[in-house]
Amino acid sequence: MRYIPNTEEVCREMLSTIGVDSVGDLFSDIPRELLLQEPLNIPGPLSEMDLYEHLKGLAGQNTDADEATYFLGAGAYFHWIPSVVSHLAGRSEFYTAYTPYQPEVSQGTLQAIFEFQTYVALLTDMEVANASMYDGASALAEAVLMAMRIKTDRKEILIASTVHPEYREVVKTYLLAQDVRIREIPFTGDFQTDWKTAEEEISKRTCCLVVQNPNFFGVAEDPKALGRIFDRLHDAGGLAIATVVEPISLGILLPPGRYGADIVVGEGQSLGNPVSFGGPFLGIFATRKGFVRKMPGRLVGETTDSRGERGYVLTLATREQHIRREKATSNICTNQSLNALRASIYLSVLGKKGLREVARINMRNADYTRERIAEIPGYTTQRVPIFNEFVVRCKKPVPEIHEALLAEGIVGGLDLARFSQELENHMLVCVTETNRLKDIDRMCRILRAVG
Amino acid sequence: MSRETPGTQGLVLNEPLVFEQSVPGRRAYSLPETGVPEKSLEDIIPADFLRQEVEGLPEVSEVDVVRHYTRLSQWNYGIDLGFYPLGSCTMKYNPKINEDLAGLPGLCQVHPYQGERLSQGILRLMYELQQMLAEIVGLKGVSLQPSAGAHGELTGMLMIRAFHAERGAPRKKVIIPDSAHGTNPASSALCNYQPVSLKSDERGLISSEALAAAMDQEVAALMLTNPNTLGLFERDIVKLARIVHSKGGLVYCDGANLNALVGITRFGDMGVDVVHINLHKTFSTPHGGGGPGAGPIAVNENLIPYLPVPTVEKEADRYVLCYDHPKSIGRVRAFYGSLGVLLRAYAYILSMGPEGVRRASEVAVINANYIRAKLKKSYHLPYDRICKHECVFSDRLQNLHGVQTVHIAKRLMDYGFHPPTIYFPLIVRGALMIEPTETESKETLDRFVSAMEAIARESQEDPDLVLQAPHKTKAARLDETQAARSPHLTWTDVG
Repeated sequence: MRYIPNTEEVCREMLSTIGVDSVGDLFSDIPRELLLQEPLNIPGPLSEMDLYEHLKGLAGQNTDADEATYFLGAGAYFHWIPSVVSHLAGRSEFYTAYTPYQPEVSQGTLQAIFEFQTYVALLTDMEVANASMYDGASALAEAVLMAMRIKTDRKEILIASTVHPEYREVVKTYLLAQDVRIREIPFTGDFQTDWKTAEEEISKRTCCLVVQNPNFFGVAEDPKALGRIFDRLHDAGGLAIATVVEPISLGILLPPGRYGADIVVGEGQSLGNPVSFGGPFLGIFATRKGFVRKMPGRLVGETTDSRGERGYVLTLATREQHIRREKATSNICTNQSLNALRASIYLSVLGKKGLREVARINMRNADYTRERIAEIPGYTTQRVPIFNEFVVRCKKPVPEIHEALLAEGIVGGLDLARFSQELENHMLVCVTETNRLKDIDRMCRILRAVG
Repeated sequence: MSRETPGTQGLVLNEPLVFEQSVPGRRAYSLPETGVPEKSLEDIIPADFLRQEVEGLPEVSEVDVVRHYTRLSQWNYGIDLGFYPLGSCTMKYNPKINEDLAGLPGLCQVHPYQGERLSQGILRLMYELQQMLAEIVGLKGVSLQPSAGAHGELTGMLMIRAFHAERGAPRKKVIIPDSAHGTNPASSALCNYQPVSLKSDERGLISSEALAAAMDQEVAALMLTNPNTLGLFERDIVKLARIVHSKGGLVYCDGANLNALVGITRFGDMGVDVVHINLHKTFSTPHGGGGPGAGPIAVNENLIPYLPVPTVEKEADRYVLCYDHPKSIGRVRAFYGSLGVLLRAYAYILSMGPEGVRRASEVAVINANYIRAKLKKSYHLPYDRICKHECVFSDRLQNLHGVQTVHIAKRLMDYGFHPPTIYFPLIVRGALMIEPTETESKETLDRFVSAMEAIARESQEDPDLVLQAPHKTKAARLDETQAARSPHLTWTDVG
């Protein structure tokens, strides 16, 4: 009961102020047959020390990046998180606050969100960004819903099959109740999106086209090809949605705003957030000014207070459920403030030069690793531009390779058979700044030995 | 103002935007030398794939970053600073040990695709949390996947839709009481349901007659909150559920107010088919200034086949992620859930145990009724009945002097308190919705009551003092109209 300050005695005193005899009287409005007669069948209570030991025991049953070397990405990336990120985001004034409904006592959260919106707009080269979404996948689903609100009479969603498979699944779930059709654009033999087919698929029925860059297979898509396809899409009256799952890439690759995206969504985990078994993550959402009132999620805007000082408030809430209820744009009423704060701190630390530098190291390390693996008999790699991930085709089954790597403390790349039978014996390998030369070379030695 | 009031003005530092502090060449980063041979970018990737440095990103030093965010933090009010009686948000204390646990590398440095074999500890934690939540709400199936309460609503409503669709038609309408959270109609609308509003009766409750009149074969579900947003228990709940079920509908319960009921009664026993649970409320995970949260859903046996994939299951002594659910609605997010939030809730339940969670609900209810009893002398109480964990007043008495709810809220800041939820629920005009939670002491509640009484007095004697509030906060009253009329949403936009 260490979290409950009122003792039995104090509670009795309060009950008499309320004018009842016992705490049971405060539940007399609940029909008797509904009242539980037995304590709940749950464990505990545990002392703080016992709790710590129990959770430490559970933590010990997992392999983690402190004890093993990972070449695993595919939507969740290990990057070095500077110490200041956790220290600052760990200030309890940030993490023990609620949604900033009262701006006078929430300027910290509000200014931090305003800065986050700015960071997202700069990274994606878009005009406006919101205060963040649940994660990259749900942000993408919301982007498709937004496109449907803008293009109400269009019933066809084109989505590249090079978009993260789990993101595509989430889009399908969100559209279960909608009267639309989803068509997938195939990919080529070297894992680039098949733009030729995409072009043929675009028509007056197209509501939006969804692409991912770098795509799920790590390929940095050609921005000229993207620009051409988006032009074609705009001519046909559709909207271009670009998703970025590895935002570190935006430190070096041309951003979606430059090749004509109307809505840019993405996953912000890479920016100062731990991998955490997949959550909590950080959905990114940006668009053009003209669409701001169609955008889901919270927004923070700049204004002045009654003394004339600059300040920040939640704004344009009329788009949301608070006021319009059944006419609401979306039901979102939470964002990922703390994750967004971590992203802002991370980006402040890296800044203009650091972000480019970390992106460059990622690209260089991945390129080096791909070249080394390509030299090993029994393995082939795709020969197209990549950022920090690439596909390796293996002769041996991937689980067998995984076993050999794990025996040496290495967690290998993702077995793509997980998502598609035709991708059996394909492994998606990720290399970031956290992978040292000696670990890369060690992995290559093991791959060679396995054959 | 009494001497023990914590709200006083001290050293308040100004802090420009981080972008405005940039000095070319300044840096806060250091990057690892990985040993990989240098190679020029042009040899790796075509030049026209690349951008230059991201214009506008700042160049600052580490100490700049530290001071910047430390100062911002000091402008925030959090539960560690004081009383935060935001109704319906359940701002209870967030135990510190849980933060330490969430930082264990074996829990936060774990990759979602590393496979079940390397993740047994986490999967066990998730499985056990599912079991605990199922037991607490009295329903069999649980998914930890939804990322927030409203996300849980969407998930639950999609499942209801799938359930009806399999039986021939998804149906058309969802009945929602007028006291509901705004997310309820929005979530229904997202699932292509037409929300039908149901008026609460003079008790502030749903009457079985009104429900029976609204219920027909086109209604997919009743979506209610219990206790409702007036803080009142829907005492006819069993009858209401029977009416809905008799026409083939389902009962969705918004579990935002679960904090009043843990260990006391269970949704499953009331006839509820689906409920979402806001872990950041009842189970004490911090809400981070607006998120992350988590909104697991619990469902009865009929709906288990529709749960999102993957589910976490136990096979012999091994924990697995199961994708083999042909009727599943699919995924609602990437990966499996917000582990960082889930593990804090798990740790909280374990530290409390069965007696502790029940006592927490009892004390939360005692505290709310204590506020109700003490404040009803100074504030209008539209529904003067035993409440659950929150109570709703209105500004009717203060209105006589021109003072409205918003002014009372702002004036409370001068007394060092975060204001309650205002203007919600919509069915009470000028509502003040107060939720003290069980982690507040009687002394804190007494100080809050004194401040509220002082504001009631001021409203009569010196209304201007209240109307001009707040007087002591970092920012004075902010112009929200200006913000909405000409939105400035990014720094470049302003610059």
